[in-house]
Amino acid sequence: MRIAVTHTTSYHSDTPARAVQALRLVPRSLRGQTVLSWQVRVEGAGGGLRYTDAFGNAVELMASHGPTTSVVITAEGVVETEDTAGVVGFPPEAVVPAVCLRSTALTEADDAIRAFAATCRRETALATLHAVLDGLHAAVAYETGTTGSFTTAAAAFAAKRGVCQDHAHIFIAAARSLGLPARYVTGYLLTEEADAVAHHAWAEAMTPDLGWVGFDAANGQCPTDRYVRLAAGLDAAEAAPVRGVRLGAGSETLQVNVGVQASQSQSQSQG
Amino acid sequence: MLKTQAYNTGNDTVCFDEMLRADFSARECYRTLFEWLQRQSPSGIRAKQAEADAIFRRLGITFAVYGAAEANERLIPFDLIPRVISAAEWRFLERGIEQRVRALNAFLHDIYHRQEIVRAGRIPSELVNGNSAFLPQMMGFDPPRGVYSHIIGTDIVRTEEDGFFVLEDNLRTPSGVSYMLENRETMMHLFPELFAAHRVAPVERYPELLRQTLQSVAPSGCDGEPAVAVLTPGIYNSAYFEHAFLADQMGVELVQGSDLVVEDGALWMRTIRGRARVDVLYRRIDDAFIDPLNFRPDSMLGVPGLFDLYRAGRVTLVNAPGTGIADDKAVYAYVPDIVEFYTGEKPILKNVQTFRCSIAEERGHVLEHLEELVVKEVHGSGGYGMLIGPRSTRQQRADFAERIRANPGNYIAQPTLALSTCPAFAGSGIGPRHVDLRPFVLVGDRVRVVPGGLTRVALKKGSLVVNSSQGGGTKDTWVLED
Repeated sequence: MRIAVTHTTSYHSDTPARAVQALRLVPRSLRGQTVLSWQVRVEGAGGGLRYTDAFGNAVELMASHGPTTSVVITAEGVVETEDTAGVVGFPPEAVVPAVCLRSTALTEADDAIRAFAATCRRETALATLHAVLDGLHAAVAYETGTTGSFTTAAAAFAAKRGVCQDHAHIFIAAARSLGLPARYVTGYLLTEEADAVAHHAWAEAMTPDLGWVGFDAANGQCPTDRYVRLAAGLDAAEAAPVRGVRLGAGSETLQVNVGVQASQSQSQSQG
Repeated sequence: MLKTQAYNTGNDTVCFDEMLRADFSARECYRTLFEWLQRQSPSGIRAKQAEADAIFRRLGITFAVYGAAEANERLIPFDLIPRVISAAEWRFLERGIEQRVRALNAFLHDIYHRQEIVRAGRIPSELVNGNSAFLPQMMGFDPPRGVYSHIIGTDIVRTEEDGFFVLEDNLRTPSGVSYMLENRETMMHLFPELFAAHRVAPVERYPELLRQTLQSVAPSGCDGEPAVAVLTPGIYNSAYFEHAFLADQMGVELVQGSDLVVEDGALWMRTIRGRARVDVLYRRIDDAFIDPLNFRPDSMLGVPGLFDLYRAGRVTLVNAPGTGIADDKAVYAYVPDIVEFYTGEKPILKNVQTFRCSIAEERGHVLEHLEELVVKEVHGSGGYGMLIGPRSTRQQRADFAERIRANPGNYIAQPTLALSTCPAFAGSGIGPRHVDLRPFVLVGDRVRVVPGGLTRVALKKGSLVVNSSQGGGTKDTWVLED
């Protein structure tokens, strides 16, 4: 399937301030997806500093020239996908799977998550992970407005509700508590319903035979050809597509618009 | 003034004295100093001590004591009597230290790449990958010249003629080098005749060697002479004096996070003449605080984007982030294996026997022998959070046993070592006091071990704790040349 994405992040404030942002906004080609074209444009800040981080993400650092009131970041491109039942395999990256057993503040398992995870243990890692996926999808309702970006896995699991970030964090905490390396993945989801969120997040866990496999507990399924994988990290904070620091007084407003659509015309592709 | 009988009976435990043998004869390297000490009058020594104290007060060499009620600055006591190390002893130490720092740098490179040592089963994966001092963000990055720890202060203790042990490797931000330099300068001022009578290896070139080392690890894309700056957390840091001192001695800028900015793919410092580029940053700030964008978001000390700049190869951070994994106290027990794994040689310098409370059998031994052991927190430093078994109360031991059971992975234990003694001026006379040694090592285009170091001395009679925060003092350290 050919998927076109337009992802705009705008920061606006009344008082000018310096802004520094690390962008993880470039998908890479790996099993299940081929990036046909992609570009990132930034208004209000200068870039030019690129590197590949430990998780294989392409990072670009943006810094404004002096104080600014507005930064607009647009990522746009077309990705060809195929359904691999979530299998990503062993993409080249520096991080070793054992690192993905570390817990972070957002993904620390509490007794309740550990107890839930223990009920999911099966013969193989893959079967165990599917049990976590199904159990979590049933136990935690998808509900917006009840959690925020700093909500921990334990808090969301106790509340039995949350959004995709929370489902992914709980999945990761549960998998790690069973000794299975797991990580957070950001990306895009092509949905049928017009009002569904197209910016998405899920988890990946390591299995001995298949390598990394994606698990989307919010939707109770492994990623299909309707998913575009953007970046990975130990949790949502690390994998965030845009992570910024603002140096100055005053508040700012953040607006994110994501458009995902099945690409109609072949001519849109440059690949 | 020195009465040999009184000197030795002042020693309450049987341990190795670096000046006098059991028959009161002086060891070879101390002979001249010993004779000189015997000729000095108590009033003369007292006058020199007062002069030395005045010099240090004037220089403003003070340190802040964390957690002290008055939280103010104190003068670190300076002891006049130099500690002497023979040329042969130094050659041995130098070889041992160089082997160790090369191995630890190789270890750092390995665990931030393919982790061969973990694959080989020589060190547990969890100890590395689950360690809070390990920074996953560093994986796959190649620092200039492959060096992670450029500035090292290896803590060494001695128990007998040939018994040297490494107590701690201090690969992060070792402090104390300013004392080494100031102690020497003060001694040369006070006792020129003693220097005339000894061939003492110079330490004065340290700032220049430090600058050369820092410049040698500039990013590969840097053209012209690399610009170096020292990043300090500010005047409230206990080692601020040293940060300012080193910047001044090297002739480079001393900066705080607020003076630095990441812009146009480079690091800049703000100066009165506009922005100036920085290629190498000797940062005296802990990993967690260097960059609020990548690490602790509440850090006011760092520079947003600094770590991204580093990973992109546009600036060199010294020491590298994530270096702390190699001097973690839980990893310490594996250093002899680490040396063998990367050098193929037997370690020259010994480790102190270490019991890991994370391992059930070792923990059992520790809990049964608390009275004989020194228990340390894995992430503690500066002599805080320690139990010194032989000098502890029953209550303190009970408290520690509880803490160990609650969080075993956080503790290690070591036997109490009979640290060697050196003569020290103890107000009423000269007596033996326990010492340790922190030589300073620089790793850049090559390894440089400066001949000398910081000798810390436990000025309280019988005390084994040499940390300045716990009442220890310092001495000048003389490495003799052949």
